[in-house]
Amino acid sequence: MQKTLRKLSQRNETYIAIVLFVLFLLIEVRSKQFFTPNNIVDILSAMVVSGIFAIGTFMVIISGGIDVSFPALASLSSYAITKLLLDADYQGGIWLPILMAIVFGGVLGAFNGFFIGHLGLPALIVTLGSASVFKGFMQGTLKSVQLAVIPPGMKDFGTSALFVATNAESGLTSRMHSSILVFIVLLIVAWFILRRTMFGRGIYAIGGNPVSALRAGFSVKWTKFWLYVFVGVVSSLAGLMRTCMMTQMHPTNMLGMEMNIIAGVVLGGTAITGGAGTLTGCMLGTLLIVVVENSMILIGVPTVWKSVFVGALIIIGIGVSAMQVYRANSIHRNRKLSREVG
Amino acid sequence: MQVNTNASWIGRLYAKDKHLFRIILLIILWSAFMAITRFQKFYTLINFQTMASQFPEFGLMALGIMVCMLTGGIDLSVVGVANLTSILMALLMKRLELADGGLAFYVIPLSFVLAVGIGAAAGAFNGLLVSKVHIPPILATLGTSELFTGISIVITNGKAVSKLARVYATTINSKLFGLVPVQLLFFGGMALVIWFFLMRTTYGTKLYMLGTSATAAKFSGLNIDRLLIKTYTLSGVCAALGGMIMLANYNSARADYGTVYTLQCVLIVVLGGVNPIGGSGRISGVVLATILLKMLETGLNRFPKISSYYISLIWGGVLLLVMVLNYFSDNDIHLFRHKRSISIDSGV
Amino acid sequence: MTQPLLRAEGISKAFAGVQALKNVSLEIAPGEIHCLAGENGCGKSTLIKIISGVYQQDAGFIEFAGKQYKKITPREAINSGIQVIYQDFSVFHNLTVMENLALNSELAEGHKFVNRKRMKKTAEEAIAKINFRVDLDRLVGTLSVAEKQLVAICRALMFNARLIIMDEPTTALTRKEVQALFQIILKLKEQGISTLFVSHKLNEVFEISERFTILRSGELVVSGSTADLDDKKFSYYMTGRKFEKKSFVPQHISDSPVLEAQSLSLSGCYEDVSFQLRSGEILGITGLLDSGRTELALSLFGIQRADSGTLLKDGKPIRLKSPEDAITHRIGYVPEDRLNEGLFLPRTIADNIIISEIDHLANKTHVIQRDKRQQEVNRWVKELTIATPNADNACSTLSGGNQQRIVLAKWLACNLDVLVLNGPTVGVDIGSKHDIHAILQALADEGMGIIIISDDLPEMLVNCSSLLVLKNGRVAAMLKPGESTEQSVLSYML
Repeated sequence: MQKTLRKLSQRNETYIAIVLFVLFLLIEVRSKQFFTPNNIVDILSAMVVSGIFAIGTFMVIISGGIDVSFPALASLSSYAITKLLLDADYQGGIWLPILMAIVFGGVLGAFNGFFIGHLGLPALIVTLGSASVFKGFMQGTLKSVQLAVIPPGMKDFGTSALFVATNAESGLTSRMHSSILVFIVLLIVAWFILRRTMFGRGIYAIGGNPVSALRAGFSVKWTKFWLYVFVGVVSSLAGLMRTCMMTQMHPTNMLGMEMNIIAGVVLGGTAITGGAGTLTGCMLGTLLIVVVENSMILIGVPTVWKSVFVGALIIIGIGVSAMQVYRANSIHRNRKLSREVG
Repeated sequence: MQVNTNASWIGRLYAKDKHLFRIILLIILWSAFMAITRFQKFYTLINFQTMASQFPEFGLMALGIMVCMLTGGIDLSVVGVANLTSILMALLMKRLELADGGLAFYVIPLSFVLAVGIGAAAGAFNGLLVSKVHIPPILATLGTSELFTGISIVITNGKAVSKLARVYATTINSKLFGLVPVQLLFFGGMALVIWFFLMRTTYGTKLYMLGTSATAAKFSGLNIDRLLIKTYTLSGVCAALGGMIMLANYNSARADYGTVYTLQCVLIVVLGGVNPIGGSGRISGVVLATILLKMLETGLNRFPKISSYYISLIWGGVLLLVMVLNYFSDNDIHLFRHKRSISIDSGV
Repeated sequence: MTQPLLRAEGISKAFAGVQALKNVSLEIAPGEIHCLAGENGCGKSTLIKIISGVYQQDAGFIEFAGKQYKKITPREAINSGIQVIYQDFSVFHNLTVMENLALNSELAEGHKFVNRKRMKKTAEEAIAKINFRVDLDRLVGTLSVAEKQLVAICRALMFNARLIIMDEPTTALTRKEVQALFQIILKLKEQGISTLFVSHKLNEVFEISERFTILRSGELVVSGSTADLDDKKFSYYMTGRKFEKKSFVPQHISDSPVLEAQSLSLSGCYEDVSFQLRSGEILGITGLLDSGRTELALSLFGIQRADSGTLLKDGKPIRLKSPEDAITHRIGYVPEDRLNEGLFLPRTIADNIIISEIDHLANKTHVIQRDKRQQEVNRWVKELTIATPNADNACSTLSGGNQQRIVLAKWLACNLDVLVLNGPTVGVDIGSKHDIHAILQALADEGMGIIIISDDLPEMLVNCSSLLVLKNGRVAAMLKPGESTEQSVLSYML
């Protein structure tokens, strides 16, 4: 028990979990509405898109890079899918859109992957450029407009529910969107890749020490390439889910989400420099941002204050962990390196 | 180190600063293209004056981001600071509006002084977070961007602040000697000031050294915290001035204006030859890149059949193209030769 | 005579017009311990990279275990049994010991999926080879430097290594750890594995190697048996010059100390350290790596403040909270890690020289007075004979010895009373080493108080007027170099 406690206290995730728990309690005490079935379902629904985006962002940051193009990629991909299927008067189910999302996302991700993986150009700059390119392509070439109607297959999926949660007191109901299944599947896939495949260990290795990764025999170029392809697929699916759940396609509505997603991933203990972080922490951090963004109203804070709170959260949250890291490094510098006696 | 035996001035300019060379080349090419295809519509005094009144808006923000990038950091809160400043000053002007809808003589200068103060305070806050709290600049300014925007939303309740005294917009939109837009004077002035700081003062030398190596800077006795705070404060001031220009150009202020400028300005700075790792970059590069973007945007507008949304595509494409070119030239890769002289780690 | 394990013959290599190696040959027998020595930039790094396949040579061939290779690839080198351990050990700090050990073989065998059982078995076998006891689940980042090196060695042994190349393996090790490393090298020798290690530390060359090779400016100077080597010959081979050691005799020592430490303590590093430094003196502070000597140096410069005790400058107590404070009190510091801490390599020589005194070269509004700056630059380039055609060239264009002169120039330009130097001649060619010693002695004679921190005992005995020996953070002895020998100093250190 002692050992478990000690191990827990050294992990970043524990602290985020504690903060989350305190926050939940706070909201519950003030509103008595937090731990209600419908609120929980609402939060989970809000997590779907952010959570899927966070998976991709997390993997990129672990590899030592950063991706700011994913909302533009998602928008372009899902706009293209929606428009194409509408024009073709598609009446079928969700499977074709999902397949298209995978293909389009993969191709767009490969665009990033080529510059970052094969040419080794810095990820921040490349994705800044590609975000611009994707947006321009969507608005210029595809002449994107708001689509109030989406193909019935997508709409049905978006409005379908796994179950309906009812708040016995207020009578409010919330649907548990089926899209959460996609989120869960992607989470499992990401976990598997990162923990159980050499490709995934390679991502951690590259993030930890790119030169050593090359020397150890990892194919750094191809690993990065396929990483960005995967992130493209993931982001594209997130965009599709969003479109389905909103039952309309607004081309620029996801743009600008990148910063909050990155903030959530970093709050969860992922080092911005790469090589360290867990999926659990990443999801906890994203959950924190999602809860703050969505539940402020429950404690009587008007929605106008949302950004202020999120901004303050980011500054305080990252500030605290940054100071901790700084102090830990200083102590390390001061102390002698441990020596074996005798 | 290859010795440059090219005696021509073109060759020397290319060797000295490849980035500058490329931007100038692009400007020349585009100018020629516009001259050939849309001469009457592009090469008019009014057109140049209009461009010169518009690009200072984001050009000032780009200057701010540039100084931060020289230290190896970045400032993503420039738009947030700009909007907050313009909103606060717009509200001030409405408060001080006279019965006849005009403004007392001191109001406009006062608002600029206060704007600089607001920008400096916001920037200093960023500087503190980066230096004393040791938050990575990308994350610190991401947080403050959200915070400042949030404060703007609360103050305005999400609505625009409009119906200002016209005299503000007309003053800033006027032209010195009937020729030079006032906005350009602000941009040019600030660019000159920053150039002077960087090239002629101790601050500039120290800044470049800090960007090159923070460790060596510490061991050389440089006060890193003070340098960072000064830099982010400067960025805040630039952003605030950008906000005041935006206020004049739109004659209104809103919490969500110019959100596209953040990434656009980072692109401008990188295209202008500033290395995000820090330690290198010149004002001339950023100024020229700003001008190039505006020229591309405006030129594109002269082709009504082509959607103006294409500017995003072109701008992103140009950046990627330039980076690829840099990659090929830096690594001595020649497309048609077989031998590659790249090695995993360099060093004899 | 048994067939040599490695034979490199007539190796030449050029990079963009610079000849890194010219007709170099090297021979290593099976189970031999061979030292490759030479100043910075002599080509040792290049030679190693050619042997391990990272670079391809322009001329000459490599013969390994009887097989000749015109051009060897890294894969072929590894498969034949050549393993390189670089100075950073190429470990992943963010992964566990087990993963660090097993990843290479997993990749080599083409496994796509992680199999913890298989990796654990591989890792356990690896550490058993040298009896290294460590928790396989620990993150490598939490290990000590010596432990990280052992992980690297275990990993190197996993592929039926026959030749292990170590690049400056003892740089960050304590004396005990160095001994432990040497024991391992001897054990490897018993197993028939050869070791080629790169080192510039003379005592190590003598202690462990059987044969040596010295390179100078890309060419082979001499190869031979260590038994035939001595101090003077080594010096001569490395530089081509003969040197006479000039012992330092202080000329004008001030009456009162310019710097005095009273019971300085920093928890976990050093405790109750007291000493006095007078102008005109050169005080040496020595001890093993963990004696607290570097931490003490950093405290004297304001980077790591002492917890308790007093520091007096010119008789007045001072508090140093930052290097800026130290410089204000006219104390300067020449750091150990010249490349990262002392210099801004990509920047110009001129900028590097004036950076610490830059505020004095500007007027009240912080505008730099350009002619004053140029005068300063010219002055110091001349006074310290920095070999460069143009002071606006990047610092990276110079050799190690010249780079150290720039660091010295930077501090001399600050008009200091006290100069603390940490390992001032590490990685510096022997010619520059003697020049730097002469400069320091001259500075002391002109009235500066100098503190040299080093573990190069011959250097200390020649250059210092008094010697402070630290052991485990405490003052073990205060000696006079004239009355001490290396042995006696060492006895206090251990």
